[in-house]
Amino acid sequence: MPAISFQNVSKTYHSARGDVHALDRVSFDIAPGEFFGLLGPNGAGKTTLISILAGLARATGGRVLVHGHDVVTDYAITRRSLGVVPQELVFDPFFSVREALRIQSGYFGVRHNDAWIDELLANLGLADKANANMRQLSGGMKRRVLVAQALVHRPPVIVLDEPTAGVDVELRQTLWQFIARLNTQGHTVLLTTHYLEEAEALCGRIAMLKQGRVVALDRTSALLAGTASTMMRFKLDCALPTSLLAQSRVIGRIVQVKAHDATEVEQVLATLRAAGCQPEDLEIGRADLEDVFLEIMQGETLKEAA
Amino acid sequence: MSAVIVLSGTRTLLYKEVLRFWKVSFQTVAAPVLTAVLYLLIFGHVLENRVKVFDSVGYTSFLIPGLVMMSVLQNAFANSSSSLIQSKITGNLVFLLVTPLSHWAWFVAYVGASMVRGLMVGLGVLGVTLWFAPLNAVEPAWIFVFALLGAGMLGALGLIAGLWAEKFDQMAAFQNFIIMPMTFLSGVFYSVKSLPPLWQAVSHLNPFFYMIDGFRRGFFGVSDVSPWLSFSIVATSFVVVSAIALRLLAVGYKLRT
Repeated sequence: MPAISFQNVSKTYHSARGDVHALDRVSFDIAPGEFFGLLGPNGAGKTTLISILAGLARATGGRVLVHGHDVVTDYAITRRSLGVVPQELVFDPFFSVREALRIQSGYFGVRHNDAWIDELLANLGLADKANANMRQLSGGMKRRVLVAQALVHRPPVIVLDEPTAGVDVELRQTLWQFIARLNTQGHTVLLTTHYLEEAEALCGRIAMLKQGRVVALDRTSALLAGTASTMMRFKLDCALPTSLLAQSRVIGRIVQVKAHDATEVEQVLATLRAAGCQPEDLEIGRADLEDVFLEIMQGETLKEAA
Repeated sequence: MSAVIVLSGTRTLLYKEVLRFWKVSFQTVAAPVLTAVLYLLIFGHVLENRVKVFDSVGYTSFLIPGLVMMSVLQNAFANSSSSLIQSKITGNLVFLLVTPLSHWAWFVAYVGASMVRGLMVGLGVLGVTLWFAPLNAVEPAWIFVFALLGAGMLGALGLIAGLWAEKFDQMAAFQNFIIMPMTFLSGVFYSVKSLPPLWQAVSHLNPFFYMIDGFRRGFFGVSDVSPWLSFSIVATSFVVVSAIALRLLAVGYKLRT
């Protein structure tokens, strides 16, 4: 039985300007123990999908199951299985870190939970902040508390909605070590992130959403293998020849050009030479998830245009 | 889910809601007590020898139960409504929305904490104002019944307002245009019998009037209307308001999009 099963999930928001289809018949399963990545540009529907899973929003069509239980009719069971780290940096200014965690634990009926709370605090680098008021914490520290609050009732399924948005390198390291360890211990993890290198490093499988639809769903390794395998990166002081524009990405002086094999690499270099351009700091490497992501998203845009 | 877990979750939410106002008790308990005492000092002093309501009761004595009940009602309303709107606006209501707590748990905890605050303020007002005038409890059962029902109804009404309001000014409007007029036009400061017939009739449509009148009955043994009539009207109002609040919570009105 899947840990999470999205079955034809649709969500339509009605507004004065007409209907907005935030999700359009999204279906996929996440197996127990998986580390699953949900990627997509802003507004693709990632947070909406997670909100429906957590009971913060209601689907207009389809259903979501957690360990076989419907998130609407059996919410008391499914919400106990989920630990959700929300995207927004929210906190309750009335309480200290320990109070907030004890209260959150109590909501789930878990009392006398201080041993686990202490373990969470230690693992997230919060031990010396236990008695600090939430208002006194920095943004990064508040983010850590959000993670601790989501895990305080030991949920088997952990849902992280862009947990590393705007946080420093140290917390990202601490957080991923901890989450990876929980995953090894059997917890299922569903992650949305904008940092594609994180998704590539952590997620066994990935779904990509665009405008509310699943446009890619595969093992991370398969996604990486299925695209142009080679990527050339170099700096350029002159304008890129127009014949290369379609297969290139330009960020300031840095140019990335897709090339499938050695012959294509030679052709690109020849074109540059013919145009009188001298590439500097030339690197030839494997395509990464960011390249795959952009290729899939651009491919979808072309399909829509056609 | 076992009953123990459900009960434990509800108890935690009730505890959190009480702790929330208690941490700022200077503002949530002490301040309203002071306000009520100021009313008593000013109105009691000015009107003591000018207004006669019941034959055997001085004006200051008459005023005290009204002020106590007004404080109970206003603070019960303020607690659930301000807690909800603050959590909605700051976004921390999400901590509660992801829990397995049922609409009944929300209702019991929010209304329960409102009653605790309302009754604490009421006791505070009573404790301070007893220095100013003699007061007996002739029929004490009515005091408890109306204090509990009134606090419960205003706690539930605050829950509805907190769910409905999306901004602080909407909440202020609810408070200023509904709660305040209903409290002031309920006979806190006067017996409605001293009003012209039209306004007497209007007052009899106000459930707050019956709460104050029934509550006062407990102290003096006399009232404008029968305490049993007041009880049935107040109890019915409580049930209706609670049913609406429970329904809104169950469908996730303005909570779950």
